[in-house]
Parts: sequence; C-alpha cells; structure tokens
Amino acid sequence: MNQHLQSILNIIQQDKSLTVEEKNAIAKSLKDADKELEITAFKLDRTEKVKRTTTILLEETIEELEQKRKAVEESRTALEKTLRDLKATQQQLIQSEKMASLGELTAGIAHEIQNPLNFVNNFAEINTELIDEMKEEGEKGNLDEVRAIANDLRDNNQKIAFHGKRAESIVKGMLQHSRSSTGKKELTDINALTDEFLRLSYHGLRAKDKSFNATMETNFDYNINKIEIIPQDVGRVLLNLFNNAFYSVNEKKKILNGLYEPKVFVSTEQLDDKVQILVRDNGNGIPQKIVDKIYNPFFTTKPTGEGTGLGLSLSYDIITKGHGGELKVETKEGEYASFKIILPA
Amino acid sequence: MLRSKLFSLHNIKTKTQLMKILVVDDEKDMQALFEQRFRKEIRDGKTQFVFATSGEEALNYLLQHNHEAVLILSDINMPGMTGLQLLEKIKLEHKAPPPVVMMITAYGDEENYNRAMQLGADDFLTKPLDFILLKDKLKIPA
Repeated sequence: MNQHLQSILNIIQQDKSLTVEEKNAIAKSLKDADKELEITAFKLDRTEKVKRTTTILLEETIEELEQKRKAVEESRTALEKTLRDLKATQQQLIQSEKMASLGELTAGIAHEIQNPLNFVNNFAEINTELIDEMKEEGEKGNLDEVRAIANDLRDNNQKIAFHGKRAESIVKGMLQHSRSSTGKKELTDINALTDEFLRLSYHGLRAKDKSFNATMETNFDYNINKIEIIPQDVGRVLLNLFNNAFYSVNEKKKILNGLYEPKVFVSTEQLDDKVQILVRDNGNGIPQKIVDKIYNPFFTTKPTGEGTGLGLSLSYDIITKGHGGELKVETKEGEYASFKIILPA
Repeated sequence: MLRSKLFSLHNIKTKTQLMKILVVDDEKDMQALFEQRFRKEIRDGKTQFVFATSGEEALNYLLQHNHEAVLILSDINMPGMTGLQLLEKIKLEHKAPPPVVMMITAYGDEENYNRAMQLGADDFLTKPLDFILLKDKLKIPA
C-alpha cells in the first residue's frame, strides 16, 4: 500500500474515539484509494510508453517524408530536364523537317531561277545588239527603223525587269522558307504565296524524279484582300499539302499508268470573313481507318526514310494554333484527297 | 549519229528555201526571244517560226498544218504532256517525211538525253540556249 495511505491507516487504527465499524470503513476506503492510485500510476506509465513510441514513430515519419520530398524534388528536376530536352528535340525535328522539305526543293528552285535568268541574259544580249543596230540605222538616217528598235528595246527591258523580279521573288521565297519563322503576322497576298509554293513544289519533285508529271489546275479568286498571316509558316503548310498531293498522284500513276491523268487542283476563295485555300488531288486518297491519325506527330504512310511524319502534324498546329484557322480533310480511298485551309481574314 | 541526222536536216532545208520551225515551250517569252534572236533571218524570209506553249497545242498544230513544220524545237519540262511524250507521238504518227525534232531542256542530264535519243530525237540542246550554236546547227545561210 501507498506509504502515505499506510500512515493514515496506522493513525486511524490507534484512534480510540472511533468505533471498530468506522475504522473498518475508513480502512476499506483507503484500500480502494490505494487500488485506484495504483491503476492511475499504471495508466500513466503506459501513456508514457505510448508517448515515447509515438515520438519515435513521428521522427521516423518525418525522416521518411523528408526522403520522399527529396525523391520528388529529384524526379521533378529530371522531368524538367526531360521536358527541356524534348522541347529542344522538337525544335530540331521541326527544323530538320523544314530542311528536308527545302532540300527536296533545291533542284526545283535552281530550275525556277535558271529560267528567268536565261531570259534576263538573253534579252540583255539582244539589247546590246539592238543598240548597235539602232546606231547604224541612225547614222543612215532611217528614223522609222530607229523608232522601231527603240520600242523593241523598251519591250525587252520590261521583260528583263519582269524576269529579274521573278527570280528575286523565288530567292525571297526560299530565304523565307529556310529562315526561322519570325512569328510575325504580315499582310500577305494569299494567291501569290499559293502560286509560289505550288511552283516550288512542282519543280522540286520534277527535278527529283524525271518521270514525274501532273497537270496543275488553279482557280484563284483575285478579289481576295491581303490577310494577316505568318507567311513563312503558311507557306510551309502549303508546301506540305502540295508535296503530299503530287506524291499521291505520282504513286497512283506508278500503279495505274495507262489512262490515269494525275491532276492537282488548287483554288483560293474569299468566304464572308474568311479565306479558303483548297488543295485537291485525284491520287490514292486516305483510307478511312487512318484518316483520324493523319495529324498525329510521326504518323506517316511513306516508306521509312521518305517521310518524317511531321508534315501534317506541324501544318495542323500552324493553321489552328498559329492562325486560329481550320484544316479540314475530305477523302475517298483510291479516288481523291482534298484539304481545305480556312483562315480568318 | 548526230552528224548524219544534221546532214539530213540540211537536205530538207535545201529543198525548201523557207524553213518553218515550231518552237514548243511553256515559257511564253520564248516567242519574243526567238523572234528577236532570229530577227534578220525572219525579216529576210529565210525562216519562219510558229509557237506552241504545250505539247498538246503543238500536236494540234501539226495535225492542222500537215508537215508544214520541218523542224520542231521542244522543251522537255512542261506541265501536261512532256516534251518526251510529244517527241514519241511525233515520231510515231508523223512518219513521212519525219520532221526533225530537237529537244531542249534545263536538265541536261544523262537520263533525259538517253531517253530522247531512244525516242528518236535528232538533237539535244540545253538551256540556256546558245543561239550561235543553234543557228550553226540549223545551217541557216547568213
């Protein structure tokens, strides 16, 4: 029994004024108190132990959390690096896609520049001869002849200027294509842009594959006003669509030959507050089961090494995200594919 | 081979004093260029030019003016019918007397050359055209 309670019990036992019953009652109460005290002490002890265990557990948990935090931090850093790498790779892919399509065009561009330059050189040479002739006629006093030659000279000069500008615009177009997009929207003549890239595409493929040929039909709406676009980017989209169209008709021709007439039709049209560019070919079309996948990055039906699978995916992004426009496809397998670019005017 | 064909061209030309030449090229300014390069020859009535801007147009001309053109100068690289296809048709369909066909191309490559010769081309020229050489080949008397 608790020492203090025992002392109280001893004192009570010796007290003569208390009856035996009273002493027994007090003794019982004291024993009960002692028991309760013992229980309380036990409980306290147990709580103490629980507390110690909890503290240890808590410390362990904190440590564990700290480790987890570090792991999360590390994987976040790794993910950030991966994201940066991915973005860099994406940029490289976009650039190499662009360069691949430019490479395909080089021969065509050279051809396209050579033709106007031939005219410039030829008419310049003729003019030199004409000037000599004009002098001779002048000395002879044949004024009518001098006037006629002067007119020819002026006409030829106009031709020189025209073909010089033609070569210039091709070089400009090529530079625009190879340069990183400025991302700046500029007022652009859609018809001129479409025509330029159609020619580049046609002559590029022509230069690469001598047997390649297709009829090009164009129907430009000359009432279209200039619209605000990023010309390099939309140019790339057009180039991609034209290359695909010519590729498709050429593939079909390889199989059918004979009576098949490969044809690519391109038109522009002013819709209410929009401008539409249509590129339609009578090639192999796109099978229904893959038509949903054509805008997926890296999706290609071309043999390995021939297509990056990025052309249409990038085109889609340029038109929708870059210009708030739409890129729509309509196709029937074996018969045609038709792409519509719709740009806000 | 080229030599002997050019001799035959020379023979045709001596029979008919006026030489009619059909130039086929999708570049429309080729007309102005030829007309000026051959200014004197045209003025002196030694040669006459007609122009077509496509193979189809050239064939039409040949059908309507049977054997008038004794010499055809055709570009190879044209939209629609290529110069090589035109050459093949001319050589198959216009037999007697066969017109002389010279091919002109910006791609002076082996493949086009061989194909043109295989199809019976009488000569092969590359752009830019050397008009002095061309005149020499045509043997137009000065």
